[in-house]
Amino acid sequence: MTPHASPAIAARQTWMAVLARAEAAELAALIANAPPLPEPVILRGPEVGLVMVRGRIGGGGGPFNLGEMTVTRCTLRAGATVGHASIAGRVPERAVLAARIDAGLQDPARHDALHAAVIAPLAARQAAKRAESAAKAAATRVEFFTLQTMRT
Amino acid sequence: MAYVAVKGGERAIDNAHAWLAADRRGNPDVPDLGLAQIREQLGRAIDRVMAEGSLYDQDLAALAIKQSQGDLIEAAFLLRAYRTTLPRFAHSEPVDTATMAVRRRVSAVFKDLPGGQVLGPTYDYTHRLLDFTLAAGTAPPPPATAHATGAKMQRVNDFLVHAGLIEPDAPAGTTPGDITRQPLTFPAPRDVRLQALARGDEGFLLGLGYSTQRGYGGNHPFAGEIRVGEVTVEIEPAELGFAIDIGDITLTECQMVNQFKGSKTQPPQFTRGYGLAFGHAERKTMSMALVDRAMRAEELGEDVTAPAQNVEFVLYHSDNIEGTGFVEHLKLPHYVDFQSELETIRRMRAEADAGKEAAE
Amino acid sequence: MTTGTDLPGFADPVLDAQSAFRAVLAALSCPGSIHDAGAGLTPPASLAPATAAVLLALVDGETSLAIAPTLQPAAGWIAFHCGPEIATTTLAGFVLAEALPNLAALDTGSDEVPERAATVILQVAALGSGASYTLAGPGLQHPTKFAVNGLPVDFAARWTANRALYPRGIDLILCAGGRLAALPRSVTVGEG
Repeated sequence: MTPHASPAIAARQTWMAVLARAEAAELAALIANAPPLPEPVILRGPEVGLVMVRGRIGGGGGPFNLGEMTVTRCTLRAGATVGHASIAGRVPERAVLAARIDAGLQDPARHDALHAAVIAPLAARQAAKRAESAAKAAATRVEFFTLQTMRT
Repeated sequence: MAYVAVKGGERAIDNAHAWLAADRRGNPDVPDLGLAQIREQLGRAIDRVMAEGSLYDQDLAALAIKQSQGDLIEAAFLLRAYRTTLPRFAHSEPVDTATMAVRRRVSAVFKDLPGGQVLGPTYDYTHRLLDFTLAAGTAPPPPATAHATGAKMQRVNDFLVHAGLIEPDAPAGTTPGDITRQPLTFPAPRDVRLQALARGDEGFLLGLGYSTQRGYGGNHPFAGEIRVGEVTVEIEPAELGFAIDIGDITLTECQMVNQFKGSKTQPPQFTRGYGLAFGHAERKTMSMALVDRAMRAEELGEDVTAPAQNVEFVLYHSDNIEGTGFVEHLKLPHYVDFQSELETIRRMRAEADAGKEAAE
Repeated sequence: MTTGTDLPGFADPVLDAQSAFRAVLAALSCPGSIHDAGAGLTPPASLAPATAAVLLALVDGETSLAIAPTLQPAAGWIAFHCGPEIATTTLAGFVLAEALPNLAALDTGSDEVPERAATVILQVAALGSGASYTLAGPGLQHPTKFAVNGLPVDFAARWTANRALYPRGIDLILCAGGRLAALPRSVTVGEG
C-alpha cells in the first residue's frame, strides 16, 4: 500500500487493507461481538466487476496489462459518514459489511471500540499468517557451505 | 463462401448435453468433487486456467475445471466468456514485485544474493517417482519453519543494473495498450506483447522458448531470477482520491538474462527477457521471458530469422482460445463447401480423362 | 469526498438501466417522441432525473464524457456512478451540456466507423413546448411537429449541416425533467 501523507487517510487505508483481507467467517464472528453498527443507506452496489491488474515491463519499467481479477465494491452512508469497500473476489455480503465497518470507524464516537473489537484481532491474525508463510520459506533457504580443497 | 443455415438436431443436442452432464458426474457411487477440493488440491491447474483465462478468481477457475472435466483450455474459455459479463471498475496501480511476500526465489546467476536462494514448495528436486502414499490419502507431515529476517528481497537485476552491465528498465510509459479493448496491430509495442504472452498458451510458449534454446533465434539465456509469492493489488477509486488495497494475488516472475554483443548505439551488455503470470507458473513465465527476449530481436538490431523472433507469428498464434475456436470449427458442418470441392475434383478428373482419350 | 457521491444512483441497477435504455431506444427510433425516464431518481440539483437516467444507462468506465461548465457541480456524482474517462468536447464519445455545442467541432465519426460519432446529451428547459420544428425521416411515417424550449434560434440550420454528414454525424438526446426525446443523425429538421 502507498500510505497517504494525511495521517487520518493513512489510518483509514490501513483498516481498509485489513478488512479487504478478512475472511467471511472471521469477520462475521468478530462483528457479532462488536458494538452495533447503524443501519446503512446503500449508495452504490454491492456490485461485482473487474480490475485490470497491471505489471511493469522488466519489473520496474513502464506499465502493462497483466490480466483481470474479480472485485466487489460497495459504498454506503451510515449516520453521518460514508463507508466504502473494494474487495478481491465475488463477495457482496462481505463488501457491505466491510463498508459498514469503514463507515463506523470514521465516526469518532465508535472508532475505538470498533477498532479494538474487529480491526486489531484481524490485523494480528493476518500478521501471524504472513509470518507463518515467511517462516516456511526461511526453512527452505539454502545454506551453502564450501568444500575444503583436498590438495595441499 | 456464404453460410447456409440448416435447422434440425435440437433433440440430438439436448440429449448429447444430458449425457455429457451424466458423463461429467461419472460413477454416482463415487463422492461428488467439491469446488473447495479442486481449489485447494489442484492449485497448478487453477493457476493455469486463471493465467490463460486472463481472470484471477480461484473459485471461478475451480468451477470451470469441474465443468470442463479438467479440460484446461475449455476451462480457460469458460473464464474468458464469464469475464465479458462483468463491468470493469478500474485498473490497478502497477504491482510491485520487489515487495512480494516471497515463498520461492532462486537465481541461477548469483549464489550468494541478499535474501538467499529460497526453494519454496518446488518439484525441482523430487525424483519424479509416483508416490503411492498419496493414493492411500496419507496426511503429509507439517512443513518445517525457521526464523525469517523479514528483509525485503531485492531483485537480482538491480545488482547488475548498478554495475552498468545490464540494460536498465525502460522509463515508465503512459497508458499501456490493452488487447481486450483494441485489436492487435503491428508493430506491437512491448506492453502489448507482454499482455498477450501473459494469457498465451503455456504449451505454445514452452515450445517456442525451447526452440530459442536449440538455436532458432537464441542468445544464451540465464535464469537471472525466478520468484513466486503474493503481491498486493491496489486501486485508487475516483471518489476516494487515495489508493486502497483490495487483496493479494499470487504471481510468478521470471527475469531472464541474455548475452548481447552490442550494437552501434549500445555497448556489449546483458539484455533481459521478462515473464510475469498469475499463480505459481514457473514453466510459463520462463518460456514467456525467453520469447519476450526473442521478440526484441529487431529492437536490438539482431537478424529476425526464427519463429520466436517473429512478433506477428507469435502473437497471432499464442492464444489458445482463439486457436481452439478456429481449429475446432472445422468439425462444424461444411456440407456445401465440401460439395463444391467435390464437384471441382470430378470436373478436373473428367477433363483429364477426356484429354487422355483425345491423345490416344 | 467529491460532492454528490452521497446521493444514490438507480435503486435497481439492472432493471432501471434497462428501462432507461429502452426509453432512449424508443426515442431514437421515433424521432421527436417523448418518453418518461428517471422516475424515482434523486440526482444532484443540476441534473434532471431524465438526464441522470440517460447517463447511468449509457455512460460507464468504457466510454468518454465531456461535461459542460454549467453542469460541473454534478461531475462528482457522475464520476462515482458512471466513472467515465473525462475527455475534451472535441474527442468525447458523449457530450453533456445545457447549451447546444458547435456540432461540427465534435467527433462526427469517420466513413469507416460512423458509429463512433459523439452523442450529445442536452438538458433543456422543456419538451413539448417552446420553439416548434417539423421532423421527417426514418422512423416517421409522416412529417411530425416537435417543440423544444432550450435550443438555439438557428438550430434548424445547424442540424441541416449535421444531417449532410450522414452516415457520419451527431445524435442528440434531449432531456427535461423526467422526460426525454431524441434526434438521430438521420432525421431532417425544418422550422415551424
